[in-house]
Amino acid sequence: MNAVPLGHWLLLTTALFGVGAAGVLLRRNVMIVLMSVELMLNAVNIALVAAARAHGQIEGQLFVFFSLTVAAAEVAVGLALVVAIWRSLGRTDVDDVSVMHG
Amino acid sequence: MLDLSPDWGVILTHFAPELILVIGALGLLSYDLYVRGKDGLQPWITLGVLLAAALATGWLYTMDPAEVFEGRSAGEVFRSGAFLSDSFTHFFRLMSVLTAGLVTLSGIAYMRGKTAFKGEFYAFVLFAALAMNLMAGANDLIVIALGIEFLSLVSYILTGYIREDRLSIEGGLKYFLYGSITSAAMLFGLTYLYGIAGSTSLPVIAEAVRQPENLVVTHLSTFIVPAALFLVLAGIGFKVAIAPFHQWSPDAYQGAPTPVTAFLSVGPKAAGFAVMMRLFITVFGTPELSATWLGVLGALAGLTMILGNVAALTQSDVKRMMAYSSIAQAGYMLVGIAAFGGTALMGTTPLGAVLFFILAYLFTNLGAFAVIIAVDRLTGSSSVSAFAGLSKRSPFLAIALTIFFLSLIGIPPLSGFFGKFAVFGAAVASDMFGLAVVGVLTGVVSAVYYFQIVKTMYFGDPAEGGALRPSPGVVFVVATALVMTLIIGLVPQPFIEIANQAVTALEPIAGSMVAR
Repeated sequence: MNAVPLGHWLLLTTALFGVGAAGVLLRRNVMIVLMSVELMLNAVNIALVAAARAHGQIEGQLFVFFSLTVAAAEVAVGLALVVAIWRSLGRTDVDDVSVMHG
Repeated sequence: MLDLSPDWGVILTHFAPELILVIGALGLLSYDLYVRGKDGLQPWITLGVLLAAALATGWLYTMDPAEVFEGRSAGEVFRSGAFLSDSFTHFFRLMSVLTAGLVTLSGIAYMRGKTAFKGEFYAFVLFAALAMNLMAGANDLIVIALGIEFLSLVSYILTGYIREDRLSIEGGLKYFLYGSITSAAMLFGLTYLYGIAGSTSLPVIAEAVRQPENLVVTHLSTFIVPAALFLVLAGIGFKVAIAPFHQWSPDAYQGAPTPVTAFLSVGPKAAGFAVMMRLFITVFGTPELSATWLGVLGALAGLTMILGNVAALTQSDVKRMMAYSSIAQAGYMLVGIAAFGGTALMGTTPLGAVLFFILAYLFTNLGAFAVIIAVDRLTGSSSVSAFAGLSKRSPFLAIALTIFFLSLIGIPPLSGFFGKFAVFGAAVASDMFGLAVVGVLTGVVSAVYYFQIVKTMYFGDPAEGGALRPSPGVVFVVATALVMTLIIGLVPQPFIEIANQAVTALEPIAGSMVAR
């Protein structure tokens, strides 16, 4: 039944995680950064489900539920901060948000 | 599998501090809903809840585990649970309650008038204490991930709490962006650990990594375990602000409301080190396994001490300077963990030294921040110039801050000296002379930036001359912190014993102890 070996899943998730990380590092719009973070978290979820299947047990899938919930909560907090920034600044580029430095 | 049918008596007993915090925080939210803004009782309710949690922890401390578990050995129950209620957890439960309590007391006057949402602020302080407790007792990858995320989310909200303040939301957003990236990395690392071991339970993972031939992806495990550990280290390193995962901290510290800065400088650090110790020592603490991460940890400790102390030299904002100072302090704590295999010194184990250091640091740093909170509130600024002439405007605050800084530098007989002495002693005892030398030298550098502020306080000319009257809460916190800084410095032995007793729970797990 286990048609796709675990190693392939690991490669897929690592690649997906890498794409997300690259998006976080390269894109400057906060919304795109948030989407890239979601991509990284989804790589985590796929890896968890694949590992749970490879082990034939359920703990990993349980973990995914928690991970999804955490991601939703994180986005809620992040968007609230973005709205607050938008209200005071009118822009949401990462580079614009830097009064403090040094 | 053990017979673990829900025994509600046991569960309620051992979760008592956490249950009290949950009920207290939710109760505070509902209270605030109905009497919003009508009185100032919220901080006192918060303190009452924290006191109850502290008493419950004290009660658990004195309890004999064998009695609670009705004949089953405590080891059996503890080793298999997702959350451990052992002496190590108790220690950090007290740390979290103390942090939240002192921050609440010193922040009452500061937060008054800053925001219309008072009750929620204090409820978040309680949630933060709860999250720290969960991190300290986590014995399962899921609980570790949830605990760290919980504390992170609460910290983002608290940092950006003053919506009208540009700096506050900017600090919150930067904290959030760095945090969401590192927590995704940490989750990925945890997933790899689960993938190779086939369980999220730390003892089962410990057993699996001790028998590499049984791992699922054997041909990759030599590479995957260090990679996973490094990803997890990124997540925890972000929480405790060690280099190179520290970039958020100066901005978040400067932007956050000052009581929140005080909390960030102690709470997440203590809880993060608790998770780091539990995961790295109990699971990966055997001599063969620790070889994969001890070197990295030692290098990061050196980098953190150098970077924190050097970057602090040029800061003109005291909160920002304290951010770098607390990065440096995290580096000292990391030295103790990197030296954990060493022999005992001065009656303390290396990990006991770390806990002792955290205890001393908690009082000293929260005391220093109470002074900064008072000055920030009364002068409206946290720049170094706001401290000019503090010795004339409030001699008490000036002397107190000087003593706290002396303790942070590590001058005997203050508590900070024994903390540093213990961790560097542990480093020397385990042949890490380099780290000890770097620590002592950068400690000398740190004297420069602390004394810049002391000089400004005593010889600077104040912009305005009026006397500063700190709020009763701040006076209480400063006095408590002063007394504790002196007591821990003059009579360190009882505190060393408490720290040593707490880390007895942290022996690297031997394969035979694991109940499957």
